[in-house]
Amino acid sequence: MTISAEMVLREKPAPAGSALAHLVAQAEAGVRPPDDDIPLYAPRRKIYPQSTHGVFRRIKWAVLFVTLGIYYLLPFVRWDRGPNAPSQAVLIDFPARRFYFFFIEIWPQEVYYLTGLLILAAIGLFLMNAIAGRIWCGYLCPQTVWTDLFFAVERFVEGDRREHMLRDVRKWTAATWARKGTKHFLWLMIAWWTGGAWVLYFADAPTLVRDLATLHAPLIAYAWIGILTFTTYTLAGHMREQVCLYMCPWPRIQAALTDEYALNVTYRYDRGEPRCSVKKAEQLRAQGERAGDCVDCLQCVHVCPTGVDIRDGASLGCIQCGLCIDACDNVMKKLGRPTRLIAYDTDINVRLRIEGKRPFYRLVRMRTLLYAAVIAIAGGTMIYTLATRGSEGISVIHDRNPMFVRLSDGALRNGYIIRIVNKELRHRDFIVSVDGLPSSLIDFVGLPPRSDGRQLVDVGPDQTKEVRLVVTDYSESAPAPSTSVLFKLIDVDTGEVAEMRDHFFGPQTPNGAGQ
Amino acid sequence: MSEETRQVDELTGTATTGHEWDGLRELNTPLPRWWLWTFYASIVFAVGYWFVYPAWPLINGATQGAFSWHSRAAVETDLAALHSQRAPMMAKLTAASLAQIVDNPELLDFARAEGRVAFADNCAPCHGAGGGGTKGYPNLNDDDWLWGGKLEQIEQTIRYGARAGSDKGHQGNMPPFAGALKPNEISSVANFVRSFSGLPLEQGTDLVLGKKVFADNCAVCHGPEGKGNQELGAPNLTDKIWLYGSDKDVVVDGIVHGRGGVMPTWEGRLNDPTIKALTVYVWSFGGGAK
Repeated sequence: MTISAEMVLREKPAPAGSALAHLVAQAEAGVRPPDDDIPLYAPRRKIYPQSTHGVFRRIKWAVLFVTLGIYYLLPFVRWDRGPNAPSQAVLIDFPARRFYFFFIEIWPQEVYYLTGLLILAAIGLFLMNAIAGRIWCGYLCPQTVWTDLFFAVERFVEGDRREHMLRDVRKWTAATWARKGTKHFLWLMIAWWTGGAWVLYFADAPTLVRDLATLHAPLIAYAWIGILTFTTYTLAGHMREQVCLYMCPWPRIQAALTDEYALNVTYRYDRGEPRCSVKKAEQLRAQGERAGDCVDCLQCVHVCPTGVDIRDGASLGCIQCGLCIDACDNVMKKLGRPTRLIAYDTDINVRLRIEGKRPFYRLVRMRTLLYAAVIAIAGGTMIYTLATRGSEGISVIHDRNPMFVRLSDGALRNGYIIRIVNKELRHRDFIVSVDGLPSSLIDFVGLPPRSDGRQLVDVGPDQTKEVRLVVTDYSESAPAPSTSVLFKLIDVDTGEVAEMRDHFFGPQTPNGAGQ
Repeated sequence: MSEETRQVDELTGTATTGHEWDGLRELNTPLPRWWLWTFYASIVFAVGYWFVYPAWPLINGATQGAFSWHSRAAVETDLAALHSQRAPMMAKLTAASLAQIVDNPELLDFARAEGRVAFADNCAPCHGAGGGGTKGYPNLNDDDWLWGGKLEQIEQTIRYGARAGSDKGHQGNMPPFAGALKPNEISSVANFVRSFSGLPLEQGTDLVLGKKVFADNCAVCHGPEGKGNQELGAPNLTDKIWLYGSDKDVVVDGIVHGRGGVMPTWEGRLNDPTIKALTVYVWSFGGGAK
């Protein structure tokens, strides 16, 4: 009789890893399924993670409450910016093209701050990885945080691992259905509120909440709430560890980035092997033989949110959340053995202990120093530019056709489009000067002069203004093909200055004609 | 498949699919099954497009889709929305006089934006993208105007053109003097005209003859001092701007064969606010006169 893969799987659920590992075991044992039955698509093995308690669980709860608390409540935090400006502390205002973050206001042309943030995020991730592997995955990743929350809801409604598994395999009663229904309802509520909080970052939160409740909000708000409700419910409720195993690029990048000194959640097999029961260990030790501390209780496997057996060594599935450390420590305490049979450690140290040498930790390495330096440089640059940026700005676009014109009296003229930025919440009058030409006149086309004869550009609060400026050079000397000129924007009330360099063009040959 | 090909790859410990090509076997690293279902679901989803959008080619056209959606209709809807969005400003532009537009910063901005697009569509082929002009096609940025650089004059030129057959357009042209003047007279008058703007004379030029020829033949249109006449489109010959170039050969060519560049008439092809916007845009290049 041949044994099909399906039968194998049905008879005995595969251990951590996949159906494939089991097939391999079968194949090695000489039991080979017929070719046609080799599955090309692996079914998902449902994971029932057991609850645990300890240091790392407490850290995870703290991170969960803080990060989700920030996410759900931040839109409601107010920040007074004065009249005619939004009073929301964190707001991405797409129609007005502004990003507000407490005292910081970012305009679209300052999007390089976003680039800086992305650099900080990437290098921060690398630094975390160089110090302690995938701690981002284990504690901070939204997928982990929301999945953790959904696990908590699941355990609250359907019971812990054992209870939940039993209910699933026994005949489903009305109570089972009610539990399932309650769980999915709670999940959907969390997912819905997650989507709801998202849209609040893009409009005034209290107003939008009222509009949403009274069905007056724009369709796009409802659409985004729907999309994010769906993704949260699917990813955190149903996909869970599959996201990490199949969808996320970071485990692949991380594996290529890490080195042997980075701390990893490590099973200290120098202490744990050979695994044996407490009684067996006592017997062996009485005979003066070696016995490991691992009692093979599988607690580390049962608490794992991705179904990994950490004792198999580092793996793609391990998100390094440390829950297996907590689970193992609890067992070790009960047995009166030293804790941290599983710990944040390196394979180098495990091997050193086997050789009877002292373990060492090298957190200060070339890469951690370089990452820290990049973070300091990028962060420092951002803080410096943020602190010193002016509340006005000027940009200059030289005419492309024609580059210059000759007037009837032979004078040379260049045309520019000037864009003036006023980031303050009040009207401001600006004067523009052009330095670098010996005798020149400037004229804003169509801008009527004030009573004192000056042409001032009035820019409204929190606005930009575009004006056309022509610069005429009356100097007697032969014009250069290109002269560097400095455009100075001066606030007539406060004297604040913004500058921009550009060029004043002339013919390639001094006697050249207009073209 | 034979019995011996079913095996596990020794090096990786991964099962193979059992397929073998010249001794190479394929490792079986299965995709998750949800991926397969997602794939099937997207195929089913794609079927919906057949019925919702125009899809199947027929002999005379194609199926229209459940909602009769059409890309052209979508563009027309967008355009209509755009026009209605611009309508209030367009109405202001239509109602305001050219001088009022120039004096109102908001209207000036709007007219310049409107004019920039219309200029690129209609004027740039001859006058250049920024109105820089080229030989025979005036540079619109300088302060030298054949038919006048005031707002009303620019509008008149755009609306009715020059020598383009419109009764209201500009008519005059530079006649050819090939038969009327002798070669030495043409050479002398060409040198004389160049001397207005200080260009160097040829050796042995008879300036007295040139001056006489100019007074007899050219001064009627170009004025006794060569200052030109915008009523007739006769260029000012004393400034440093030359539409066709200032070389003597070019000047002689103009005298011998005459000149008469054509500016098309835009009345009827562009609507009223667009012509106004174009006028303001050209004026605001910087060379327009008040």
